[in-house]
Amino acid sequence: MKHCLVVNDSRPIRKVACRILQDLQFKTDEAEDGASALAHCRSQMPELILLDLNMNMNSIEFLKTLRREHGGSRPVVVFCTTENDVARISEALNAGANEYVMKPFDRSIIAAKLAEVGLA
Amino acid sequence: MKPDDFSYLAQLVRRRSGLLLPTHKAPLIEGRLASVMRRFGFRSVPALINELRHGHDALARAVSEAMTTNESSFFRDKAAFDKFRDVILPPLISARASSKRLRIWSAACAAGQEAYSIAMILSDLKLQAKGWSIDFFATDLSPEMIARAELGVYSHYEVQRGLATRRLVAHFTQEGASWRIHENLRRMVTFRQFNLLDSYGWLDDLDIVFCRNVLLYFDHKTKTSVLERIAEVLMPDGALLLGHTETPDILPKTFVSLAHAPDFYARARHQVPKLAVVG
Repeated sequence: MKHCLVVNDSRPIRKVACRILQDLQFKTDEAEDGASALAHCRSQMPELILLDLNMNMNSIEFLKTLRREHGGSRPVVVFCTTENDVARISEALNAGANEYVMKPFDRSIIAAKLAEVGLA
Repeated sequence: MKPDDFSYLAQLVRRRSGLLLPTHKAPLIEGRLASVMRRFGFRSVPALINELRHGHDALARAVSEAMTTNESSFFRDKAAFDKFRDVILPPLISARASSKRLRIWSAACAAGQEAYSIAMILSDLKLQAKGWSIDFFATDLSPEMIARAELGVYSHYEVQRGLATRRLVAHFTQEGASWRIHENLRRMVTFRQFNLLDSYGWLDDLDIVFCRNVLLYFDHKTKTSVLERIAEVLMPDGALLLGHTETPDILPKTFVSLAHAPDFYARARHQVPKLAVVG
């Protein structure tokens, strides 16, 4: 079973995302901020990271830090955020994101994006 | 809907567009009639059918067009687009190196996602910058769908199904919650309302025909007739792509399947291996 880390500062959104991913046959773990997400990655690097952080360390900073870590280039990183303007999307792709999901999202969008990155 | 109203409707639609309306889809079909009823000011299905029986041509046309399925997405059946890019296009590009011309037809294009997906692949190859001309026709029975395709504006939901974010950013401009296809791709495609039962006289020497997920709505005779006419307008070394669920048992002898590219077909009399061994 593939392993996904859901990184998001909102607990309710983490729960929704985890339910969709479990439905799509992923084992899920959660992290509520960048520091605990990095700690999680250092102990067990996931195949997929669904990422939306606004507080403290934001998503871009987290991603740049992750990609410099040992094994940090491996996980597929999918941004999943309400920030839908093209400048933000480009910034995320340039920082090493594999895909970008704009909210509102549903199961079929997540499934389509995971197919896009070869994880469906 | 009363059985004789339904069978009248089914016959009319079959005659005009080739589409089969199975009885078990009556609720779906009534739903699709709702928009036509509003547009023409009918309060009930029987009243609308009664008017059809009196030979109201514009109404009959609107009803036929409303019966089509317009479900589509960018790069629908991604594997087929990969085969198109990696297996079908390279030998055609070599074969057309002197004429530098490619002729493509997307035969049931709905809101244009298929045509624009093909256009993105062609754009990646930068053929036009290398002096190629691309004649790219995309047709649909529904004038509403053609208008949408020509507009090239898609919702937040539509651009997130099948389209890689890199392609979204590269080929679309954000307009509020919608995304508009860039002008260079829009200009690559000529959209046109067209009924697959009408004359193909304006089409010829096509290199590639995409005709996906439309034949399945036709009866056997119509399928055969459409496929035979596609064969006539396809180049001897051209390729036809059918939908993934449209198995070769619907094919007349005019086509043979390509071993290395599932769902792609070549004209029967042509030497198949030339296309099939590449990739």
